[in-house]
Amino acid sequence: MFRSNGRRALRILVPLGLLAAWEAFSRAGFLPRNLLPPPSAVLYAWADWIFGFNHSAGSDSGTWLMDASASGMRVFTGFTLAAVTGIMAGIAIGWSRVAEASMEPTLQMLRPIPPVSWIPLAVIWFGIANKPAIFLVFLGAFFPILMNTIHGVRTVDANLVRAGAMMGGREHQLLRFIVFPAALPSIFAGLRIGIGSAWMLTVTAEMIAVKNGLGYVLWDSYNFFRYDLVLAAMASIGLLGYASDLAVKALMTATLHWQQSTTVQGRQG
Amino acid sequence: MAAIEISGVRKVFRNATSGDELVSLEGIDLAVASNDFLCLLGPSGCGKSTLLNMIAGFETPSAGTVAVDGQAVSSPGADRGMVFQQPTLMPWLPVWENVAFHLRLKGASRRARREAAATYIDMVGLTGFADHYPAQLSGGMSQRVGIARALLMNPRVILMDEPFGALDEQTKMEMQTELVRIWEHHRGTIVFVTHGIDEALTLGTHIAVMSARPGRIKALLPVDLPRPRDVTSPRFNDYKRHLLSLLRGEEAGSLPASLAVPA
Repeated sequence: MFRSNGRRALRILVPLGLLAAWEAFSRAGFLPRNLLPPPSAVLYAWADWIFGFNHSAGSDSGTWLMDASASGMRVFTGFTLAAVTGIMAGIAIGWSRVAEASMEPTLQMLRPIPPVSWIPLAVIWFGIANKPAIFLVFLGAFFPILMNTIHGVRTVDANLVRAGAMMGGREHQLLRFIVFPAALPSIFAGLRIGIGSAWMLTVTAEMIAVKNGLGYVLWDSYNFFRYDLVLAAMASIGLLGYASDLAVKALMTATLHWQQSTTVQGRQG
Repeated sequence: MAAIEISGVRKVFRNATSGDELVSLEGIDLAVASNDFLCLLGPSGCGKSTLLNMIAGFETPSAGTVAVDGQAVSSPGADRGMVFQQPTLMPWLPVWENVAFHLRLKGASRRARREAAATYIDMVGLTGFADHYPAQLSGGMSQRVGIARALLMNPRVILMDEPFGALDEQTKMEMQTELVRIWEHHRGTIVFVTHGIDEALTLGTHIAVMSARPGRIKALLPVDLPRPRDVTSPRFNDYKRHLLSLLRGEEAGSLPASLAVPA
């Protein structure tokens, strides 16, 4: 059994160990060094990309913050749009038979279409800029949020709704004060899946349909054989994706503070 | 005027797949006077909860009428309070917000809600628990919150569907005493569904004994026992014997002379 300090150390030790192994492997020379740059080289290129001290990152030197915020803005905008529409459509479909009959078949047919397959149309409709990326992020995040909201609304304890009706609640009040908060645990599950898809899709869109952002730098560096920057871009995406999941998780913990998760041993986790 | 008037009520449930019809209630006539504490007593499946749900407005009768305060019941509403078998509290709201939920629906300010809630939280003996969440409460405490929530609406009638059914014996007895205390203090009409003979005799001013398939009211028995009621007294046991024979479907005949209500 690991005590909590031990577990905290593991969270850091395992990634550090992996990095050290990679550094050693890369320096051992089994592969040409520019094909698999060691972490130290990646960090060096990354640092110049961020701070621009010696232009070793070429034209990307010092542009990291701009690239990261461009990608982040696309994720944020697309994800927010998906959250608002996904939650509203999900509540409508989960609650009303009419909304279910009119919207669900269409949405369920659109759902299996991979968001990336919309890229050609997105470029034709929106051109090469932010919009196609935001559109793709929206598509990727919308469906998990929608499906989880529908599920959450359908599994709301009917007695809670009855109790609300008995206290004089009208339909819109029951939806706002009972169904929505009761469905929040499921909605948050959808939001967390959605934020993951959002990063995948913004990067994909930037490789094809946008001329800046982390995904663009990644693809551009590949074209210029700068695999150190490719790796730095990948690491940036991983870290920012992780950070945005942590942000959604923090929002969830703060909102669902009334939920007491209990482990098998009965400890509160 | 009676607080609740039920006349000629019949309820038929139709099985959607087989098309079979099940007569759940048949020929129900019942008048509950203001400030009565009526217990609906009967075995599972006798339709006592269905009858209560009709007064609540969750079910509509297939024939006949249900009226509260002279008004036909058409839907759920805040003129009737309901305490469910399960506490059905909003788990995301603290106790005081649950108790004052009705006021939240009416758009009352936070301060007004907090103050109103405090009164009823004290009344059900939960002083000090206003900021607890439902997950932190025991079953008995949760039902107290449910009762406070119903009382706060100051309804014409309170409907209770086996609210103590899931509680252990000790807690159940405690809650019964508490409910009688609140009812004596607060006054109001209560319809209480139970399958417990002792519970019905401990609580009710009247007991409607129901039989199953189809659900009918077999007898309406006024309970003339001093409060607090002593479950071990001979008179209590006379009532119990009488109720048991009614429930077993024996031809109980007329009420034993010892239980006749003095004119």
